[in-house]
Formats: sequence, C-alpha cells, structure tokens
Amino acid sequence: MNTDLKTKPHKGTTPKRSGAEAAIEALKAEGVELLFGVTGGAIMPMYDALFRDGTLRHIIVGHEQGGAHMAEGYARVTGEPGVILTTSGPGATNLVTGLADAIMDSTPLVAITGQVATSLIGNDAFQEADVRGITMPVTKHNYLIQRADELPRIFAEGFHIARTGRPGPVLIDLPKDVSNTQTAAPRPERVQLEGYDPPYQGHPHQIQRALQALQQAHKPVILAGGGVLHAEACGELREFAEALNLPVVSTLMGLGNFPTDHALSLGMPGMHGTGYAILSLYHCDVMICVGTRLDDRITGKLDEFAPWAKLIHIDIDASEIGKNVPALVPVVGHAKPVLQELIGGIKRWESKPDWSAWHKQLAAWRKEHPLGYEQKADTIMPQMVVQEVDALLDDDDIISTGVGQHQMWTAQYYTFRKPRTWLTSGGLGTMGYGFPAAIGAKLAKPHQRVVCIDGDGSFLMTIQELATAVRYRVPVVVAVLNNLYLGMVRQWQELFYERRYAETGLTPPPYDKVAQAFGALGRRVERPEQVRPALQWALQQAEASQLPVVLDILVDAQECVYPMVPAGQANFKFIAGPKGGKR
Amino acid sequence: MSRVHPISAIVINESGVLARIAGMFARRGFNIDSLAVGETQDPKYSRMTILVRGDNRVLEQVVKQLNRMVDVIEVNDLAQSPHVERELALIKVQAPAAGRGEIIELVDIFRAKIVDVAAKQLVIEISGNSDKVDAMIDMLKPYGIAELARTGRIILARGSGASVAPAAAVDAVAA
Repeated sequence: MNTDLKTKPHKGTTPKRSGAEAAIEALKAEGVELLFGVTGGAIMPMYDALFRDGTLRHIIVGHEQGGAHMAEGYARVTGEPGVILTTSGPGATNLVTGLADAIMDSTPLVAITGQVATSLIGNDAFQEADVRGITMPVTKHNYLIQRADELPRIFAEGFHIARTGRPGPVLIDLPKDVSNTQTAAPRPERVQLEGYDPPYQGHPHQIQRALQALQQAHKPVILAGGGVLHAEACGELREFAEALNLPVVSTLMGLGNFPTDHALSLGMPGMHGTGYAILSLYHCDVMICVGTRLDDRITGKLDEFAPWAKLIHIDIDASEIGKNVPALVPVVGHAKPVLQELIGGIKRWESKPDWSAWHKQLAAWRKEHPLGYEQKADTIMPQMVVQEVDALLDDDDIISTGVGQHQMWTAQYYTFRKPRTWLTSGGLGTMGYGFPAAIGAKLAKPHQRVVCIDGDGSFLMTIQELATAVRYRVPVVVAVLNNLYLGMVRQWQELFYERRYAETGLTPPPYDKVAQAFGALGRRVERPEQVRPALQWALQQAEASQLPVVLDILVDAQECVYPMVPAGQANFKFIAGPKGGKR
Repeated sequence: MSRVHPISAIVINESGVLARIAGMFARRGFNIDSLAVGETQDPKYSRMTILVRGDNRVLEQVVKQLNRMVDVIEVNDLAQSPHVERELALIKVQAPAAGRGEIIELVDIFRAKIVDVAAKQLVIEISGNSDKVDAMIDMLKPYGIAELARTGRIILARGSGASVAPAAAVDAVAA
C-alpha cells in the first residue's frame, strides 16, 4: 500500500477481528441502523458477522436493483447514506442501475459487494465480475479492498466521500478472503484524503459580484435545484427569496426546496415545466442558480434558454459551473453558507430594488398559462388522481414516482411544501425507481405516510419488491396510473412520429390481483367517483393492516403531459396544451 | 479555438487509477493526443502528462473533472507557466549498408543516437520536443521505417513554478 494514510488511528490497541467483523464495526460507527441486501457465496462472511452481531436491521430484497432504490429512498428522506449489501458477480452487476441513478441525482449510498477471493481475481472464477471496473463511471469513488488491514480505513473513507461535498454513491468491493482474514488495524479517528477536499464557503469576491449583479437586476429569478435539499438550505433559500421578493423556480430534483404554493414559487422549469417558469427564465436578466446542473431537460435549446441573463451559478461541484451554460459569477461552495452570505449582504443594502414591473409581468404569465387539463366524462384523468392524493396527504408525508407521464403529472399537480418528501429519478430516469424508493423511505420514516404514484410500465419493472414490503409489513400505498401504455413514449409517437405507436401498448397484469397474490391489499379503480374513496381506503388500510396497498387505477389512455417543449427546441416555444393558454 | 493543451496531474500511485482517469476522458468525449504516466520523486504519487485537444471550455472542463476525482491530488495547466517538454522515440529504420551513411549523418544533425545495429536495420533513439521528433521521423520515412515507438510528451514547469507534489495533506473533515 503506498497511498494512505494520514489517517490517524485510535489510541490504544485494537483487538484482532475478522475483516467482516471490522466491517460491521465500521457500519455501526457510521451510525448505520438499516441495511438492504441479498446474500450469496462471496458475501457470506459479512452476513455471518451480521448474524452474530445481531444489532443491525437487514432487509432482504427481491432484486439488488430494488435494494439500491430502497437505499436511495432511505438516503433521500434521512440525508444519511443508504447501505446496500450484495454478493459478487450478478449480485453486484444488478446494482449498476441503482448506482447510476444515485450518481445522477447526487444521492449518498454505500454499496458493499462481495468479491471472489483475491487469489481468484482475474481468473474468471464463478460469480466473478470486475465490479470496480464496471462501476467506476457510476460511482463517486470505489474501492477494491486487497488486504484486511486496509478495511477500516477504506470504510471510513467510503462513508466520508458518500456523505460530504456533493453526495453520491461509493462502492466497496470486498473479496471473501479479506472478509475472513484477521486484522488489528484500528478504525481511523478521522479521514484525511489528499485529493478530496469539498468546498464550503463561497469566495467573498464572487459573492460581492453576485450581490452587485442582483442589485442592478430588473428581472431576477432564482433557479433552485436538488443541491439546496442536500445542503439543508431550504430555510436560507426561503429567507433570501422573501427578503427581496425574488421569484423561485424549483427544478424537478429540487421540488420541496421551496413551497410550491408560496406566492413567489413559479413551479418547475424545463420540458414539462409551467409556462410561467419557462418564460421567467427566458426573459430574466439575472438568474441565480443554486445547486442545479442545468441539464438539457431544464435548458432546452441552449442558445435560447436565457439569452439575456447574467448567470450567478452557486454549486458545490465546480465542474457543474460553466459545463452547460456559461456563468458570469461562479460561486463554488455549499449552498447553506453561500445563501447565508447573500442574505447578510442584502441586509446591508440601503434600499431594496423595485421589481414591481417584473412581478406584474410574472402575474400576467401565470394568468395566461395556467396548468390545466380537460375533464372527460366517465374517465379518470391522471392529473385528477394526483390532485386527490395531494388533498389527502399532509405536508410531511412522502411521495415517490416511477418515470414517465405519471412522474411529470405528479411534479406538476402535487403541492410540495417540505424538503425530503419527494422521491423521483430525475437524472437517469429509471423506470421502476418509485416503489422500492417508497419502501426505503417508509422504513426510515415509519410515522410519515408514503405514497408511490407509479405508471403501469414502471411498476412492473420492480414489482417483485411487493414480496419485500409484505414480508417486512411496510405499509406504502401504490397508486398505479394505468393507461395501458408506456405513456410518455406514446405521447412522443403521437406528437412527433405521426402516431406510429411502436411497441408502446402494454397488457399489464391486473395489479390489484398481483398485489393480493403477494399477500398485499389491492383494488381496481375504474370510475372517477371511486378515486377519492379508494385512496382513503388505501391509506387507512395500509396503516391498519401494516401491509402495502396497490390501487390499479385505469386512467385516460390518450392524455398527454402539457406544457411540453419538444426535445432540442427553444423552451419559450413550448406547446401549451388545451388549457394552458395559446402560444 | 481548438488547440492542444498540456496538462499535468499528480495522482495517487495505485492500481486502477490510470483506468479511472482514462475512462473519464473516454466517457466525457475528451480527445487526448498523448498520455504519459510515471512515478514522481515520491513513489506515493504518479505524474500524468496529458495533451488534450479542444477549446478553452473543454480545457476548463478537463481540469475540473480531473480535480473532482478522489485519486487526483493536483492538476496544472502547463500552458499557464514556462515549461520544458520532451518526448522520446525509438525508430527502427531500414538501413542496408549502402545507404547507411546518409542516415548516420541525419542522426548527427538531429543529435539523436544509434542504439542498435543489425545487418539491414538501425534503431535510432531521439528525444526533444515533439516537433523535433516529428521532423526526424519525416526525414527517415523515405528509407523505410520498420517500427516506431513514442513515449508521448512529458512536461515540467521551469524554475520554482507549479507541478510539484503537494507539501501537506488537506484536512477533508474541516471542509
């Protein structure tokens, strides 16, 4: 080993224990209480040590991908890394989607994968896969432990990297013989990594420049992303916005960072954002971006995203600044102290800028382009289901989704008031994310209700986790918006492929009956007037029976998500939809 | 404007680091002209000298993406400071006894060296900046180059400028 180890050992001597025991010791020291996983040959020593220790709760999952999403759900509602344990080979490769999902959405995870014995590595042994190599592009960092003596240090580093700076997934590949080898290596008291030093305070000069730009602004807007949630800076965001009357657009991953029913909230931007959010970003002269990577679904055609805006970009990851949109004022730092500095700065202003003309304009756009849909007689409109769920849940309750139309309708029609109540796969767009994420969230927060609004395509992709939710009596409610289509693709086919519906029609099984067969509760919902009673029944029955409840809700199959910006088009040319005003 | 930028990265000298960095370049579509790796004065670290092709925005992203990697200790854009650069090539050239005199003359002019002599071929070692190596190769082409190996460029800042291994570790916990 020639890297390491400014890492300081504990004083005194550490008794010898196996690598697996040292790993359990490390998990406990990191505050881990709950693990998700599936056992198998190469990870057996870890499971044996878990069994003998007996203090950590472990959830056997149906499939490692589901386990990874559960760990993500756990992480996003708690802010602590979710932990997933799998065996080598297929156990580990099944994690790849979950890791890729987590790195795109900056979700802290620690994955511990068994590996074949070090003597077999490279020999194509049974259930061997180059997991470090495979997962390099989808982890914030990863390790292959070569010797048991490295294990305490690597576990401490892994958790540190996953939870600090821009959070993300870390994978630790643990060969079987390393698990079985005795080591007296102590757990480091603190982690010091030469090549890893996440920024915290923003540069004072850049903060001054940001304040200057803001003071001279006539049409300012805040674009707040998921980074605000990770930084626990929602209070600061609100104080900042309210102090100056700054309108706030919350990205898909940022929903919950600012109450969407607040007078200053403009909702979500981008491909399916509100017309007024899109227009505010297009016309603004100063855009304060906090914790957002300005991805293609937000910007649309780059040249015409915000042509007049001076961009102030606050991010903890310097590489996000200037990656997609050039920034006039780059502020590399943690959202919380940077927003505190900005709040401190504006408090020293002698007068506040007058932005009443801008607010008048924003109000006009709100009026011109309201979110809306047409009711059809005797048909359940999917948006209506989201509104009913919204009406029944409290601010602290948690909502998750799969990926597709139902996800966008939830983002549009659900009222997000609190941070860490929203679970969705934004970056990778992983169908099948919602249900296992809901299970992980409910296990972390048993006193908050958890509803997964899913699609009929998405739900099927991780439906095996019904077994997990039943086994551990996890009372989540799944509302499947069943339109018998891969609806988002069907929408694109309708709008851009001359209605050639190539392989998007589905014949899903009756999900209520599938749920019942798994030992869960289920009900089919076919008429609009059944929606509210069914949701009430589901929420009540879930808690009463401590079982998952699945509502298979047949919704209008032809409905499209509006507004919509066709891919690669300028945002301001959005298709408003039937009720969203004319463009 | 697209051009070639010399970048020096001090990285942890450990298995897998090269794959990690090469993978990042490939995955993000950065174009590399050459990449040379070797131990530094401290065997804990390796120096990677990377010639990246692209405009300033690409260069900025390359530096930032390298900096966010845990195994990367320090990144320097060497174009920002005076530096010396060298590349070494071994060239096996067809040299039957009859034409050998001309080749030896070229070797002298370029201050190269003949490091192996066989009945019909010579192996020539040349080092210098890449233009010089290119020029030598061009001059030898008419004789017939049988084999060629180049190291890629290695670069150091002049004087007490950048590109040294860091003096002390930074406490990550404080951040």
